[in-house]
Amino acid sequence: MPFFQKTDGSGVLLLAPRDNIAVATAELAAGSEREVAGHKVVLKDGVDVGHKFAVRRIASGSRIIKYGAPIGVAIRDIDAGEYVHTHNMASDYLPTYTLEEGHKFVKEVK
Amino acid sequence: MTLTGYLRADGRKGIRNGIVVTYLVECAHHVAREIVYPFRERGVQLIGFSGCYPNAYSHKMMERLCTHPNTGAALLVSLGCEGFNKGALLDTVRRSGRPARLVVIQDTGGTRKSIAEGQAWIEQTLEQLQATPRAQMGINELIVGTKCGGSDATSGLTANPAMGRAFDFLVEQKAACIFEETGELIGMESWMAERAATPELGQEIIKTVGKAARYYATLGHASFAPGNADGGLTTIEEKSLGAYAKSGQSRISGILKPGDVPITGGLYLMDMIPDGEVRFGFPNINDNAEVAEMIACGAHLVMFSTGRGSVVGSAVSPIIKVCANPKTYKRMADDMDVDAGRILEGRATLDEVGREIYDLLIEVAQGKPTKSEALGHQEFVLTYKSFEPLGPACFPSAA
Repeated sequence: MPFFQKTDGSGVLLLAPRDNIAVATAELAAGSEREVAGHKVVLKDGVDVGHKFAVRRIASGSRIIKYGAPIGVAIRDIDAGEYVHTHNMASDYLPTYTLEEGHKFVKEVK
Repeated sequence: MTLTGYLRADGRKGIRNGIVVTYLVECAHHVAREIVYPFRERGVQLIGFSGCYPNAYSHKMMERLCTHPNTGAALLVSLGCEGFNKGALLDTVRRSGRPARLVVIQDTGGTRKSIAEGQAWIEQTLEQLQATPRAQMGINELIVGTKCGGSDATSGLTANPAMGRAFDFLVEQKAACIFEETGELIGMESWMAERAATPELGQEIIKTVGKAARYYATLGHASFAPGNADGGLTTIEEKSLGAYAKSGQSRISGILKPGDVPITGGLYLMDMIPDGEVRFGFPNINDNAEVAEMIACGAHLVMFSTGRGSVVGSAVSPIIKVCANPKTYKRMADDMDVDAGRILEGRATLDEVGREIYDLLIEVAQGKPTKSEALGHQEFVLTYKSFEPLGPACFPSAA
């Protein structure tokens, strides 16, 4: 598992070269532009510290890759710069439980 | 590097010299708590088991905690009619050479008399423990656990890999290091198997994670709290990636189950998911369940990372709190021993924070109180579980 030693001050961290999401290391505002691995990405949503956004378009049904490993599947098409979380991706293993959506599983996993 | 430990009659060495007061059923909880109360800042700690029905796992846990190297003496508080085998536990503690006493509330004559009898014994035993011999203790005699709780998406970026670095330093010096929570290693099994000392151990690791996935699937809920999602973690796999980072980069030497004491140094995976049919509910009803299990494996101290901001400590062994999130650290610095969020802010490297955790760990082993210790945190929980013995491939001797 690859680890980074230090942030570069850009507010963005791509943890492994083939990742399709990047992590915010500072609060990033919607509309701001960031360069990730040589590509310009315009953020469609605000992204808090530690949260993630798509660095390129991710088609519904394809894997979300972080640290070079799959962390779940896109449940709808995700645009570059879009915030990635429970509203647009799900686990391949077990459902995620949050209090926001009526105290129930956000998505049942088959 | 040599530490000075408390030498027990059974030859084990501790970094604290405490007394545990343990209730053997919920009905004895109040009496035990009242006995502890005036002594709570003098190393007297409350542990216990609420259930009335006997259970091999909880008995083993109690034996290990009452004879833990950090434990100098044990007071058992029984109501009298519960199923716990108090005679066997008392016998085990006495055979370890530790002062032990059993107070049976029904025989003693109720609450008031039992509290008085227990407190008199504590007073006298605290004095006796002053004379505990000290002995040189190498880093290779240390057992250290690691845990994450109240995780958010920064946990796996900063605090967890930094604790993993501290583990690497410890394993190099032949300390025994324990990581755990196979339910939060779901998705990581093949990466872990590649790090196993033998291919057979690698297969055992894959099996333990498979067991965890089945267990949680039956329960319908992953080891995932709503706060994890608020903190930017979306799935159990993502949480697992972060949790896995706690293990560092060393070779994995073996598997332990709760209460198994590692026989040599090295990195161990603790399999805390019960064996057999799903019984007794969630395997980790909260973070302290696994902290207690690692301590029962002999952990002298436990490194605990948090992004959301956990405040827990533990009975028996000190907890070093490593805060992953720089925003949380600013809000809750009083509860945090290490500010690992500096890595995200570009103010420190992963290796620097790893070294800082290691250095602090040595200071704590030499007596420096951690934040949670100084604040009086002594959380403890123990529930019903059932385990089968480990297979031969799980032991480092097979390597």
